[in-house]
Amino acid sequence: NAPLSLIFRLVLFPNSAEYPDLRKHNNCMASHLTPAVYAKLCDKTTPNGYTLDLAIQTGVDNPGHPFIKTVGMVAGDEESYEVFADIFNPVIKERHNGYDPCNMKHPTDLDSSKIRGGQFDEKYVLSSRVRTGRSIRGLSLPPACTRAERREVERVVIDALAGLKGDLTGKYYSLTLMTEQEQQQLIDDHFLFDKPVSPLLTCAGMARDWPDARGIWHNNEKTFLVWVNEEDHTRVISMEKGGNMRRVFERFCKGLQEVERLIQEKGWEFMWNERLGYILTCPSNLGTGLRAGVHVTLPRLSKDPRFPKILDNLRLQKRGTGGVDTAAVGNTFDISNLDRLGQSEVQLVQTVIDGVNYLIECEKKLERGQDIKIPAPISQFK
Amino acid sequence: MHSSFAHLQGEENITEARGTGVDATMPFGNTHNQLKMNYTAEQEFPDLSQHNNHMAKVLTLEMYANLRDKQTPSGFTVDDVIQTGVDNPGHPFIMTVGCVAGDEETYEVFKDLLDPVIEDRHGGYKPTDKHKTDLNPDNLQGGDDLDPNYVLSSRVRTGRSIRGFCLPPHCSRGERRAIEGLSVEALGALDGDLKGKYYALKDMTEEEQQQLIDDHFLFDKPVSPLLLASGMARDWPDARGIWHNDNKTFLVWVNEEDHLRVISMQKGGNMKEVFNRFCTGLTKIEELFKEKGHEFMWNEHLGYVLTCPSNLGTGMRGGVHVKLPNLSKHEKFGEILKRLRLQKRGTGGVDTAAVGGVFDISNADRLGFSEVELVQMVVDGVKLLVEMEKHLEAGQSIDDLMPEQK
Repeated sequence: NAPLSLIFRLVLFPNSAEYPDLRKHNNCMASHLTPAVYAKLCDKTTPNGYTLDLAIQTGVDNPGHPFIKTVGMVAGDEESYEVFADIFNPVIKERHNGYDPCNMKHPTDLDSSKIRGGQFDEKYVLSSRVRTGRSIRGLSLPPACTRAERREVERVVIDALAGLKGDLTGKYYSLTLMTEQEQQQLIDDHFLFDKPVSPLLTCAGMARDWPDARGIWHNNEKTFLVWVNEEDHTRVISMEKGGNMRRVFERFCKGLQEVERLIQEKGWEFMWNERLGYILTCPSNLGTGLRAGVHVTLPRLSKDPRFPKILDNLRLQKRGTGGVDTAAVGNTFDISNLDRLGQSEVQLVQTVIDGVNYLIECEKKLERGQDIKIPAPISQFK
Repeated sequence: MHSSFAHLQGEENITEARGTGVDATMPFGNTHNQLKMNYTAEQEFPDLSQHNNHMAKVLTLEMYANLRDKQTPSGFTVDDVIQTGVDNPGHPFIMTVGCVAGDEETYEVFKDLLDPVIEDRHGGYKPTDKHKTDLNPDNLQGGDDLDPNYVLSSRVRTGRSIRGFCLPPHCSRGERRAIEGLSVEALGALDGDLKGKYYALKDMTEEEQQQLIDDHFLFDKPVSPLLLASGMARDWPDARGIWHNDNKTFLVWVNEEDHLRVISMQKGGNMKEVFNRFCTGLTKIEELFKEKGHEFMWNEHLGYVLTCPSNLGTGMRGGVHVKLPNLSKHEKFGEILKRLRLQKRGTGGVDTAAVGGVFDISNADRLGFSEVELVQMVVDGVKLLVEMEKHLEAGQSIDDLMPEQK
């Protein structure tokens, strides 16, 4: 018995009248959402009631981005990736450089002892950071969650974080309750996140009810940070000044595994499956959801015309030091892994370590007046 | 498809339309009514402790508990109604409404919330009150002689919604396109001094766009979070457009904040002419819609039904841009406006400040007075304001000119 509301929409307006106008669009969703796919999926819903129109709204509202080809769709819950697989799968394949969710498996590996090296030359590397996200199974994702669900995510997560000990002992700062002093301190530490202003996020409904049930947790040493209910249920960040990526990753793995153990004690778990790895709001963050990177100064290499190709072959990407939508300042770049899905955390961090070492070697060679070589492209799916 | 929703009441054979089983357990909307019911009202109730808008003043936990399992026939829920008010705690210049309607039935299904909001916003208008509509321009006295040395321009605007379709916060792409199609068809039949042309936002050429900007006709994708948070900007610029007559004195916006916004304007102080054209144009458009089997949303309690409760009744703002450099600095300026039932804005519109002593002066009321009554107040009021300005220019007092409360 479909509700009158859906009858109302379906009968009055056939698929063709509802199909979005994507002629001026350049995002992954627009590239793959044909009228046939739309017709097939438009009257389906996930068990929680999330629809295709909701999933694609952000991509319809945001035709393109000047620097990057955006994904153009989000998941409202874990089941979105199944119910709307006919559009998510090709989008995932395009975004993740050929990873085919239909016939490939994603490896998860958080055993940091497997890392080789990982201590960078601090003359070049100013800071090291690893981030990922985790979603709490059974609760809707930020585009779709109700206020009560969001508050439940907050409760489950901060309950678990309160159980962290040793160098991970920390404190939660709710966005609604923090004092002026706490806010200023978090700003000074560059920890405070703001209400999203990017239309990519706001059009997907992630900023609803701001700042209700949003907050920041960090350990006393300020090297392990968790964002609650921003773009994902949680974003987990391990970071330090300097070049000790090995230690950053060790803390990252330890922290994640501890949090997972603590939520499991209460009967909760993270969203994960062997096809897509860790499930997050944006398809671009599936798999490991991991971005491991450094702020590195490369004054000579960055001016070399071979720089982009070198990065490409090393499967690295560069960003400005302000993050994804920024340009570089001076000669300092944010260099991180390109891939998220199809390789494990250990593999991706090793890629970053080996790659950044190579970049530093190039910089040193150029300093000495020696020539550099473009490395052979490393294989993508190991 | 031009069938109105009324034709569908009682239709059961939905599978014919699609040929596939309909699996849905949720209404068409951006919240999940069924999912929410897994949580208590208290767990879902928004935190309004930092808020200062009409919705926040009125919405109690008990009211929310009573309303949260309801939905309109098209699936609009109380959470949809209030989302903009939850997301926008307050505004620096004005007390915002903090709720919107997704369809005509919103005002009925959620009357427990909207009646007190309407009463608060519209000066004590009760749920039992009746609203009078009067679009006969002959009933306006004077209005053709406002001093053009002071009154730079005159303008009257309102909105109209097409019955049977969801409103901008909630409409689907198909509905929005149908609204555009019907509107373009109706406007295309206007003739005489109302004859004009439609410019779809997504198809206009660079030249057309520049001309519309130069004419100050072009509307942009909303940037105000008040509008964005309610979902009105979805799918921009699909099915949005601007129609205006060749004389550039009658303008219609399609699918911006309302289905239609209708504007009559011209330079100078001949408000009578502006209002004449306004009424004639609106009446003609309404006739044209009726010929095709459509009507505007209207009822005798709320008058014309629009997206924002603040625009119910006449939905009308009639006003002028007027030079009042001296009067605006007078300590009684605010009091005078209040007594005349007028409001001031900057010349950029609702969210702006005045520039160079020039103010946008318009009626403060929308509901509970007819169109003629409101324009009469503007005409009489502005005449008095200009007289006061002249007095102050000449160094004379305006104490004798102070009006009574209307």
